[in-house]
Amino acid sequence: MKKFILDLKILSNNRLNHNHNLLELTSDSPLPPMVPGQFAEVRVDGSATTFLRRPFSIHRIDKAANTMHLLIKSVGDGTRNISNLEKGALLNVMFPLGKGFTLKQNEEVLLVGGGCGVAPLYFLADQLHRKGNKVSVLIGGRSAGDILLANEYRSFGNVYISTEDGTLGEKGMVTSHSLLKPEKLPFSVIYCCGPDGMMKAVAHIAESRGIECEVSLENTMACGMGACLCCVVETHKGNQCVCTEGPVFNSRRLKGWTAEAEVGCSLDK
Amino acid sequence: MAGLEVKVHNLSLKNPVLTASGTFGYGEEFDDFIDVNALGGIIVKATTSRHRDGNPYPRMAETPMGMLNAVGLQNKGVDHFVDYIYPKLLKYNNCVIANVSDSTIEGYVEVAEKLNHLDHIRAIELNISCPNVKEGGMAFGTSCPSAIAVTRAVRKVYDKTLIVKLSPNVTSIAEIAVAVESAGADAISLINTLLGMAIDAEKRRPVLSTITGGLSGPAIKPVALRMVWQVSKAVKIPVIGIGGITTAVDAIEFMLAGASAIQVGTANFIDPTATVKIIAGIEDYMQRHGISDVKDLIGGLMV
Ligand SMILES: Cc1cc2nc3c(=O)[nH]c(=O)nc-3n(C[C@H](O)[C@H](O)[C@H](O)COP(=O)(O)OP(=O)(O)OC[C@H]3O[C@@H](n4cnc5c(N)ncnc54)[C@H](O)[C@@H]3O)c2cc1C
Ligand SMILES: Cc1cc2nc3c(=O)[nH]c(=O)nc-3n(C[C@H](O)[C@H](O)[C@H](O)COP(=O)(O)O)c2cc1C
Ligand code: FES
Repeated sequence: MKKFILDLKILSNNRLNHNHNLLELTSDSPLPPMVPGQFAEVRVDGSATTFLRRPFSIHRIDKAANTMHLLIKSVGDGTRNISNLEKGALLNVMFPLGKGFTLKQNEEVLLVGGGCGVAPLYFLADQLHRKGNKVSVLIGGRSAGDILLANEYRSFGNVYISTEDGTLGEKGMVTSHSLLKPEKLPFSVIYCCGPDGMMKAVAHIAESRGIECEVSLENTMACGMGACLCCVVETHKGNQCVCTEGPVFNSRRLKGWTAEAEVGCSLDK
Repeated sequence: MAGLEVKVHNLSLKNPVLTASGTFGYGEEFDDFIDVNALGGIIVKATTSRHRDGNPYPRMAETPMGMLNAVGLQNKGVDHFVDYIYPKLLKYNNCVIANVSDSTIEGYVEVAEKLNHLDHIRAIELNISCPNVKEGGMAFGTSCPSAIAVTRAVRKVYDKTLIVKLSPNVTSIAEIAVAVESAGADAISLINTLLGMAIDAEKRRPVLSTITGGLSGPAIKPVALRMVWQVSKAVKIPVIGIGGITTAVDAIEFMLAGASAIQVGTANFIDPTATVKIIAGIEDYMQRHGISDVKDLIGGLMV
């Protein structure tokens, strides 16, 4: 897929909670084709401490409106800077990057997101829904305030929620949600995005039920386009770049992911 | 029309802008963004005698105006390069240069011998300066006898332009430069990355899997500029300047300090079009200063 560098205009910037913002971006020219799971590298201007671009998943696209959204969690100077941008400001974005999720057709699928890991899942749920799949979405967080955009997924399928403190949905970790309890799960694939510990645990559950699992990794990156080899993950075929071979991987390709993972990792990890 | 052509030994470059090894992949990663053939040339990522998996993740730490890397020469080895990568490089009609690395002299020689037969590889850059491999690499570049030994050995088997890339992690860069010149180098490029370190204070752990790594980017530019200046005064062979070059003005500073050509590295990560912007900027500078031949800038520092 051809990559572009464009100055995108911020149409809106909504604060979802104390540390998450939803940015709506547009361009004068038509936005390039993108698939769920791909990401964008955003240049951060005006932050003296931020040197490299910052990678963010494509959160949602609206072809008719020629817009795309990024969901940003403020964790440091780069993300805080982007979250403080106002309507009308320009964002220099390199995209679309990487390989996305495998899109099933007319099957039953589960999407699992933890923390800010819901970012790529909206676009994914939308596309899977359009392709005739029966979609379920399971979202986990520490507390009710961490569960983002849960209602937005309801138009695509069933939404399940778990919080570690029990303030919303089932109490406990995503991986111990009752949806995942049965020995036989109806899903042909589980798509997962969140902290590594959570994804490993979900991959382990999928493996134990004989279900495919695709995970989206967030390794630290310098270039985001395969030029530096900084972002590698160990696969059964050696080190591979997360930015070009991923960020989405079938968990079976990743070394030590399906066999040794512990079930039930906290979202803090 | 500004004259942008420069010569490095017997390589004619249509302009002085090259790409630094390990920061430009094999060129194709940048095809979406720029016309790679518009550059003076490309230096592709390091090739070693055998396949190398490189270092474990994490391999990168961002630092003030720069970054540390610990990639560790990940590549599939010279035979794979010859069979699978070389054919893809044929589409570039500018100067394609291979970067040669290893941990033993025999390894360097094996790679150089195999690349000597490839017509489209116009030169090799001998990386005797990589800080990211346990043995060899930088060790060769940090003492005169070992720098001479590896340069001499490769010189014997390599007929085309031999560029030797120096490590900045030495006390006297000029001494090493003179040593490799005497051993048969046709040109010198510098600098490779500076040895550095990053710590995650919250976790009380090093950020990189290898603890230390190579620093690059604008943070190292003043050090690089100083070394290019010292080396170009010490040797007669051409010098290629590298280190933190991000803009045309950076490139011109290196040429004024004595560089016949320059390489753009880390800047490619933030702006994949940096190289072509630098070429345009050099033309603009020449126009503003009434310079018709870019060669007039080389060593043009007035002190
Ligand atoms: C492919 C990919 C997709 C991503 N998608 C999203 C997204 O959709 N929304 C979003 O908010 N974030 C996403 N991230 C993570 C995001 O890129 C980082 O949070 C961001 O780069 C941090 O920049 P900063 O300058 O704010 O923080 P820094 O100052 O760089 O770091 C602050 C703290 O954040 C931690 N941190 C830095 N990078 C990461 C990382 N990659 N993952 C986790 N913690 C990190 C650091 O360890 C440090 O403690 C994604 C990362 C990748 C690789
Ligand atoms: C990620 C990365 C990988 C590199 N790999 C190599 C390499 O394989 N061989 C080499 O000679 N230099 C390598 N270098 C060093 C660069 O070619 C260059 O000398 C250095 O980065 C300084 O230039 P810069 O500040 O413009 O990046 C690498 C640098 C980086 C950042
Ligand atoms: S971030 Fe540079 S290769 Fe992946």
